[in-house]
Amino acid sequence: MEGVTAATAAGGRRERVSRLTRLGENEKLLAAALLAPGVIILALFIAYPFVMALWFSLTSIRVGDAGEFVGLANFAKALDDTIFQMAFKNTVFYTFWATIFKLALGMWLALILNRHFRFKRIIRASMLLPFIIPTVLSAFAWRWMFDPTFSVMNWVLFHAGIITDRLPFLSSGDWAMWCAVLVNTWRGMPFFAITLLAGLQTISPDLHEAAALDGANAWHRFWHVTWPLLLPVTLVVVVFSVIQTFSDFQLIYVLTGGGPANSTHLIATYAYQIGVGSGLLGEGAALSLFMFPVLFAVVWFQLRYLKRMEAA
Amino acid sequence: MARITRRTFLQYSGAGMAGILAAHRAPVFAQANTVHILRWNDFVPAADKVLREVYAPEVQKALGLKLNVETINANDIPARATSSIQSGNGPDIIMLLNNYPHLYASAAVDVSAVADEVGKAGGGIYDASAQLNKVGGKWVSMPWSVVPALIAYRKSWFEEVGAKTFPKTWKEYHEVGKKLKAAKHAIGQTLGNTFGDAPTFTYPLLWSFGGQEVDAKGKVVLNSKETVESVRFLAQFWKDAHDEGGLAWDDSNNNRAFLSGDISASLNGASIYVAALNGADKFKTEKGAPLHTDILHAPLPAGPKGAHAYHTAFNHMVMKYSKNAKGAIEFLRWAHKRENYEKWFTVQKGFAVGPTREWEKHAMWQKDPVMAPFRTAPLAQKRLMGYAGQPDKRAAEAWNKFLVTVMYAQACSGKMKPDEAVKWAAGELGKVYTGA
Repeated sequence: MEGVTAATAAGGRRERVSRLTRLGENEKLLAAALLAPGVIILALFIAYPFVMALWFSLTSIRVGDAGEFVGLANFAKALDDTIFQMAFKNTVFYTFWATIFKLALGMWLALILNRHFRFKRIIRASMLLPFIIPTVLSAFAWRWMFDPTFSVMNWVLFHAGIITDRLPFLSSGDWAMWCAVLVNTWRGMPFFAITLLAGLQTISPDLHEAAALDGANAWHRFWHVTWPLLLPVTLVVVVFSVIQTFSDFQLIYVLTGGGPANSTHLIATYAYQIGVGSGLLGEGAALSLFMFPVLFAVVWFQLRYLKRMEAA
Repeated sequence: MARITRRTFLQYSGAGMAGILAAHRAPVFAQANTVHILRWNDFVPAADKVLREVYAPEVQKALGLKLNVETINANDIPARATSSIQSGNGPDIIMLLNNYPHLYASAAVDVSAVADEVGKAGGGIYDASAQLNKVGGKWVSMPWSVVPALIAYRKSWFEEVGAKTFPKTWKEYHEVGKKLKAAKHAIGQTLGNTFGDAPTFTYPLLWSFGGQEVDAKGKVVLNSKETVESVRFLAQFWKDAHDEGGLAWDDSNNNRAFLSGDISASLNGASIYVAALNGADKFKTEKGAPLHTDILHAPLPAGPKGAHAYHTAFNHMVMKYSKNAKGAIEFLRWAHKRENYEKWFTVQKGFAVGPTREWEKHAMWQKDPVMAPFRTAPLAQKRLMGYAGQPDKRAAEAWNKFLVTVMYAQACSGKMKPDEAVKWAAGELGKVYTGA
């Protein structure tokens, strides 16, 4: 009897396996099954919060109060808000300069690291440190270095006889913004350097040798050989960086808190202050959504450019 | 040992997940007998130790409640409160500063019974605390303490520039400050976007010159010649007498600057003095004496329209989403009993005063005359944010946007002229009050 049962069970398993195999051979079904986890994750963690933010931005929701539909009133209020106007300008300034510096320094570093020298691997790995350390920790360290009273940089410059009075690293609006750009550059440059280095290593040395034989100097070789071949990688890195920098929050929150006198607020930090700090969730959502069209345009241009390059 | 098969595991975990989804909340273990309280990282760390090491075991014994104490940076509390209320999950009690109870009133459990009992037993809760914690006639949170803001100053350095007593008016303070800065002992004051020392300085300064945010009907009247005068005064005072790095300070920078001998005076709770007292071997004057022996406290000076003060209120809100609101209320009732509250109160050494007048009579005040000005400081608090209107949610929004503080900071940093700074602040305040 037991033998019969075992045989039936084995038969059932075979049938199930073959049914699964048949299903697996159906390409459409297999594709749907493989895509499903990704789609579910995107829907839960990207689409749902985004749709909620959109809905919030159209309502007068406050903490603990569902509010009511107010149309575009929150967006109109934001456009009329001088602190938001300043935060928007700051965000553009911060993103523009930080990206320029990260690209220039990252490229320079990548070109150096692409050469052969002793301890190359250790140096390449250690260069990633600023990128690996949690932003909050590194921002705290920088905050100490820029401290209005106890700045180690002021101490060194003072004792070296270079300054007679403290430099207002974080207590002047302009200085504070440049300090934030500096810290962002320090943190983001390794990402540029490593990615560009990876791109550089795909460029055949033969091309450089051929150019050299044709009499091209180092600058010409870079401009006419390296740069065009590196452009697609550069573009991708720049787009990622622009997205991250434009929506940056942690660094400013820890380094300056948006001060002095709101002069370093970015869209993200101001939206947080209004939405989460003051409990005006609808207004905060509207403020943060001002980032969306800008970032959307950046991604759209990048995709269009890449498509054109592929076609060429 | 029982064998767990994959099938059993899936059955149990599936059932658990279904339960979580049906209940719309994450599991909270031992929820029934636990009270989770969220507070700030106290500037007197010994007080947090009392909560964890004295209150927790004692309340477990007395009420069978497990007290879970969580402390974070005070500037981050509003964010935690918002996320907890929106998700319907979080601490059972949240400590809220100043008039934040007005912002979160709809998420609060009525604690009027506890407030009435405590007020009756303690000779009455301070008027300012009542205004900050009562919304629509109900106590939406329970006042726990008030941290008075007084100026801590270096007695010897003030004497060296001819000030035998602390200046009584802003004008006198300006003159003394000029001499102090010339002697490399500038005054230290934060004008940063921070919760405590900045607004407790700027609001009273505004009031003492006759400026105010709104009139009694809620109309914004900030843009007045009195306000412009106060901003003009501070811009000059700042340049002549202050450490100009204060524009980037938070609430802890002045403590560090004072304790390291960099500044001669700063508006503060008593935390500078308490730290100097507790670290008598560490913090010394340039002559080698313990620093605390050279510190005195004084109220903010008077302006053309009198002297004013704002003292930071610390309140406890029992959250409506709490599954153990009853336990949370019982904990507050227990904590406010004289014999229990006293344990926390005495380690504060006067940094925080009690919510009722009873605590003015405590024997602790006899021990240290330097702390005496803190004893009755809350009585001097006649105005609150949003004056001459109510300290309601619009006043809280303006406070949270640091509008008054930024108005002064704009002028002190030279970014705007005094009249421009006032016009800007009045414009932003108008949007808060009209909802435009």
